[in-house]
Amino acid sequence: MTSLAFVDVSVKYGSSIAVQGFTDTVRPGEWLCLIGPNGAGKSSLLRSAAGLVKHEGGILVDGSPLHLRTSRRRAALVAHVPQSPAMPDDMTATEYVLLGRNPYVGYFGNESKHDRMMVARVIERLDLEEFAERRLGTLSGGERQRLVIARALAQEAPIMLLDEPTSALDIGHQQQALELVDSLRREHGFTVVSAMHDLTLAGLYSDRLALLHQGHCVATGPAEQVLKAETLSEFYGVSVTVLHEPDGTVVVVPRRTVPLA
Amino acid sequence: MLAEQVRDSERSWWVPVACIMLAVAFLFGAMVGPAGPAWWRVPAELLNHLPFIHIKTGATELQSTVLWQIRMPRVVLAGIVGSMLSIAGASYQGVFRNPLVDPYLLGVAAGAGLGATVIIVAGRASSSSWPVDPLPIAAFVGGLIAVMITYSVGAAFGAAKSSATLVLAGVAVTSLATAIQTFMLQRNTDVVRQVYSWILGRLSTATWHDVRLVLPYVVVSTGVLLWHRRLLDVLRVGDDEAQSLGARVDRIRLTVVIAATLGTAAVVSVSGLIGFVGIVVPHLVRLLAGSSYRRILPLTVLLGAAFLIVADIPGRILSDPAETPIGVVTAFLGAPFFIIVLRSRQGASR
Repeated sequence: MTSLAFVDVSVKYGSSIAVQGFTDTVRPGEWLCLIGPNGAGKSSLLRSAAGLVKHEGGILVDGSPLHLRTSRRRAALVAHVPQSPAMPDDMTATEYVLLGRNPYVGYFGNESKHDRMMVARVIERLDLEEFAERRLGTLSGGERQRLVIARALAQEAPIMLLDEPTSALDIGHQQQALELVDSLRREHGFTVVSAMHDLTLAGLYSDRLALLHQGHCVATGPAEQVLKAETLSEFYGVSVTVLHEPDGTVVVVPRRTVPLA
Repeated sequence: MLAEQVRDSERSWWVPVACIMLAVAFLFGAMVGPAGPAWWRVPAELLNHLPFIHIKTGATELQSTVLWQIRMPRVVLAGIVGSMLSIAGASYQGVFRNPLVDPYLLGVAAGAGLGATVIIVAGRASSSSWPVDPLPIAAFVGGLIAVMITYSVGAAFGAAKSSATLVLAGVAVTSLATAIQTFMLQRNTDVVRQVYSWILGRLSTATWHDVRLVLPYVVVSTGVLLWHRRLLDVLRVGDDEAQSLGARVDRIRLTVVIAATLGTAAVVSVSGLIGFVGIVVPHLVRLLAGSSYRRILPLTVLLGAAFLIVADIPGRILSDPAETPIGVVTAFLGAPFFIIVLRSRQGASR
């Protein structure tokens, strides 16, 4: 199990600041969920940990700085699932999952028997056998999302970064995808950082929430502390009712601000 | 696991098939043409050139010479040029993630032509004592500069969003390079003949010397490109994701572009302008063997060679003895094919 620490991380695009001085430590096996309105810096923060954007400050994996690693080693530590992954229509599902083995294959090398076996196991674990030979273009949104998670799983990285993993899915597939991530996390002891828009789901699956606003972290803690009607109205500008279920689930329900005619 | 192995063996039967197609094209290319031995004597004549084999074929001395010194270099050179242009086309399509590009549409050929013109104008006679012929090197530098300009212009104006932008940038670079070349030729009319004979190519008058000249470049370039076939598959998911999977995208792209351009410039310097090969062959291979570059690259090498050897044959018989340039034949085949590709892409994007 592996920890991920952000130390005063800032991300800038030209003169605009996406993330400003973000500091947090994600404990080994913990699921941290980044929430916040569009443009708050959630994706930028995830992209900085995946090594896709330049950033200031330190990102530490088990205490050692990530930027000192080679790109392949970094990919073996951190798997990143982007918001809208590029999925070439004519690539087969197995070929796609096999890409996750790239960090373990040399520049001029080829996937070993072990790599292929690993991919076959991942496909089996996620019940994707029937799609294994299908082309990505013929798959549904839910099937594609499972494949993306399969690719990240094949990467065997102890840290998983998920950027809006459920944004393209219906409510049933949202639940399926998140249940899958959660069970994989418990199986393998992954550390997960995700960005999510659905606040109820965010609170339901993660251990801890971090609320970002204009690049700053304005609140962090368990769902019942962060998901408060007044906090959400301040930073999202929404009017909501926050309900607490007996089992501890925090439910965020939007309210109409214009009364029914 | 088992399914995986089964699948691989299922698809790998294309390699032997492609080898057979290449062998057939090669023999056919050697058999057809004026003044050689009768076609059924050709295989035995060719075998005679292997060590320790002496077969009485009944062909005259002159016929053997025609076969070995005139026809064979031409067939071999056509094969080398065809496979190089095809694998370069497929590789450019891979690194630019754009199925519409080929060495010609990217401006590589025009850039190489300009580089060659510059060196010829600057006085090739004075450099005849150089240890290495500077012409292929000048062509390579010109081609490389052209493809770099095309790519940076295309990238600056959103080539990532639309594949047409990169092609349009290539068209602009081609026009510019051609214009500069025309201007230089107008100022130096004494080298026009030399430059045009270079541009039109020497496939019809190919010698073993030409084969020896391009072979080292083509072997190195093809080797480097084949080595990158797995990484080209990784690049298919886009720069960001490839990078998050640990691939060093910029380095891969630069290496592949340099290798493909080096090979293209070298073959262009002996074959002249032969368009559409780099787009037709990779697309045919995709139709036959799927879209993974692991299969596409080796197959384009084999089928590209077969394609150009066969495409060279009509030129020899159509208007014998006056030759139809091979570029005309490939354009006849390639232009309609390009339109079909465009059409099918439009259908797919709907």
